[in-house]
Amino acid sequence: MTRCDWCRMLKSLPVLNDRFVAQESFQARTGSRYSLLPLRFISLDSDRYVLTNLAGEYFVVPKEVGRRFFRHELEINSPTYNELKARHFLIDGDSNVALDLLAVKYRTKQSLLANFTSLFMFVVTLRCEHSCPYCQVSRQSVDRHTYDMKWSDAERAIDFMFRSPSPAIKVEFQGGEPLLNFPLIQEIVRYVESRNEIENRELQFVIATNLALLTDEILAFCREHGVLISTSLDGPRELHNYNRPRAGDDSHELATAGIRRVREALGPTQIAALMTTTESSLSQPQEIVDEYVRQGFSCIFLRPLSPYGFAVKTGQVLKYSMEQWLEFYRIALEHIIDLNLKGVPFREEYSSLILRKILTPFPTAYVDLQSPAGIGIAGIVFNYNADIYASDEARMLAETGDTRFRLGNLRADSFESVMSSDVLIGALSDSLTECVPMCADCGFQPYCGSDPVFHYATQGDVVGFKPESDFCRKNMEVMRHLIQLLEDDPRAARVLRSWV
Amino acid sequence: MIKLHARLKTTRDAEPFVARIVTAADASKDPADNEVFYVGQSVHAPEGFHGYLVNEDKVSVSDNAGSNIWQIPAELEYLTDGDIIRISPRTGELWVMYRRNSPSNSLLLTEQCNSNCIMCSQPPKSANDSHLVQAYLKAIPLMSLETKELGITGGEPTLLGESLFTIIQACKDYLPNTSLHMLTNGRMFNYVSLCRRIAEIEHPDLMLGIPIYADLAHVHDFVVQAPGAFDQTIRGLMNLARFGVRIEVRMVLHGATIIRLPQFATFVARNLPFVDHLALMGLEMMGYVRMNLEALWVDPADYQHVLCEAVETLLDCRMNVSIYNHQLCVLDRSLWPVARKSISDWKNEYVDECRNCLVRDECGGFFSSSGLRRSRQIKPLEHRDETPWLCIQSDPMIHVERAN
Repeated sequence: MTRCDWCRMLKSLPVLNDRFVAQESFQARTGSRYSLLPLRFISLDSDRYVLTNLAGEYFVVPKEVGRRFFRHELEINSPTYNELKARHFLIDGDSNVALDLLAVKYRTKQSLLANFTSLFMFVVTLRCEHSCPYCQVSRQSVDRHTYDMKWSDAERAIDFMFRSPSPAIKVEFQGGEPLLNFPLIQEIVRYVESRNEIENRELQFVIATNLALLTDEILAFCREHGVLISTSLDGPRELHNYNRPRAGDDSHELATAGIRRVREALGPTQIAALMTTTESSLSQPQEIVDEYVRQGFSCIFLRPLSPYGFAVKTGQVLKYSMEQWLEFYRIALEHIIDLNLKGVPFREEYSSLILRKILTPFPTAYVDLQSPAGIGIAGIVFNYNADIYASDEARMLAETGDTRFRLGNLRADSFESVMSSDVLIGALSDSLTECVPMCADCGFQPYCGSDPVFHYATQGDVVGFKPESDFCRKNMEVMRHLIQLLEDDPRAARVLRSWV
Repeated sequence: MIKLHARLKTTRDAEPFVARIVTAADASKDPADNEVFYVGQSVHAPEGFHGYLVNEDKVSVSDNAGSNIWQIPAELEYLTDGDIIRISPRTGELWVMYRRNSPSNSLLLTEQCNSNCIMCSQPPKSANDSHLVQAYLKAIPLMSLETKELGITGGEPTLLGESLFTIIQACKDYLPNTSLHMLTNGRMFNYVSLCRRIAEIEHPDLMLGIPIYADLAHVHDFVVQAPGAFDQTIRGLMNLARFGVRIEVRMVLHGATIIRLPQFATFVARNLPFVDHLALMGLEMMGYVRMNLEALWVDPADYQHVLCEAVETLLDCRMNVSIYNHQLCVLDRSLWPVARKSISDWKNEYVDECRNCLVRDECGGFFSSSGLRRSRQIKPLEHRDETPWLCIQSDPMIHVERAN
């Protein structure tokens, strides 16, 4: 029996013994009115709208049906009507609990806001022994020790950090290459741990490193203190070494050897890798994914280049368009879905976190897709020189001379003055997608966020002009593509659903 | 099927009593006045017990043998040390309230209900039955401290008001290590004061099993035959969650609920992620089901695809889901890891086909009422992968099992 036969068989309502009341008498009356609950919509393709409600539930309808729905002309108790009612797009006379449920769901989605800042990035040095032309942080050469963070500033940063009420605290060591200033990392970890005996937060430490300088002593320390490793892997050897030059042309060898050593010393799940897409990457999406599988990773995070630092100076950013990157993303994603269907469990992380927004009632902690933006209030950066920045991108921008998003300095400013600074509050209030022009009307608003630093860097304005924004182009297309796969490709949908 | 009620041959003019059964006298302590001695076949018994039980067909007792000797029918000979019974001498009724060695004891607190579900296995009665609570308040102190789990059922227990909380408090006081699982339609928890009252008892291990039968209010209201019930129950769930009371959502699969099962799963995953457990249950062929059989019966073999879809949705959202009351030979192979042996021991049985089945021991079997209608797909399995694999399962647990 096919699914359709089966549905037809069951379509008629059960007829009961006549002491029971029939189902029809519990339904809203034909001809009665319904009200729309808060919702947004956008074209999915030429024939369909995707509707999203306040809590991020979505429903796809033919455009004609959508228009009838908006005009209050949908037939009461028709199948579409019932779907829209069950998913809280409309409300009618027979139940009003949808309002309570929506309120709880909306609050759940926003619940991380109440925790305040949980990610603290320490730029322990700006020095690096790599010389990547796409470097977005404007690294300094290995001998220039003035670009190291001082212990007295680190101590101030830690005091600042514990002022946040967040029950979970993640300390991320950034660079440059942070292992060039490993003694400071050790001091910070030990001091944070001792402070935490009283503070009692859920701590996590991460070092973002290229692994070239990894030693057994470093591994032993990481093991003892549960420090996680995040590294860079751009793809197969030739591509990786081309993207990430260093003396000896051995970045890939050092990275993959480092990955193996970290897994042996700390355990298989204690390391994650990030890739950056360059012009040379665009032609090899499958090869890049396959390299991640070969190196034993269970996921990849596909990222375009960000328009900061050397990536702008050397013109790397201009070498491909967002459309080209999206094509690269789609091919890579298709390849990953195929791998899953062949029995290799592997995820694309950016898609996973958007799928989590689409398919679950829970909030996601990803700072770049939040409204208000995650700058300052989800993550914050302590630069090597004691300056405090609203985000990693904000300090990248500063290294090329624009300190627009500098919130203060650890030596001069208090937690209160930084967190209530006009710079931060101003940028945050311009970042609420609920009321920003064009975002407010976008069907993908519940899944998206805003990036004031990106729009300021690319368009000179923290709100930005959305039709020309690569941020919008990227996110709208990724979301549209994922919803199309969920709707139209059952095999892909099965894989994507398993990633949440 | 184990009989829990029996009629005794003799009636006497005396008050009803609740008593614990003792089979071997402990010389070190005196018999309590709420203990009866089960003599069985022997005629020798220690003195001082409230009463004595003897087997009806094996021992003949003369009429003047004493007012505290009770002859019990053969079907109650399973009674053993620690079991608790209630005898109503005037009517000669004996009721087995608690069996010490059973994993599925429950307290049926009332038969009154404010819903009238179309598939109710135990249709409500309106008669005053407050004696039930009184009997259980006497029985709870007699129950074994090692009792793992105790059910509270009805009727609708919340209609009892304060008496219900007295029962839960007694369970907490006398049986601190026993999990308590209460079946309720949840409608009364629409009142916040009731949630606060139950939460204030701070029972260490209490879970409420609350049914929701659809994602649409009017379908649920139809199933429970009560307009407005859906809104009350959903608000009840939210209130209970707010007070930290643990919740199991229960769904019964039949003709009126099965058609929206996938949407129901999505609804639960999206709106009720705070529930601790979701049970998808097969139909028990009792009570109103017999009246509405043609409307309600759907062969489980015909709904496996929607059941798979629903379970996948729930597992993807990391919900704790179980399938109750389904035989493994009917279930899609991918669903086996979530199938539970759920039928209470006293109404659980296996049929002839089960005799040569490879997985009989893992299977929950049948309700003893299942004779009315069984799936056409019931058959002994000769190997584990004989039932189809309908779904690409993402659950790693299922992958592992399949690889084996």
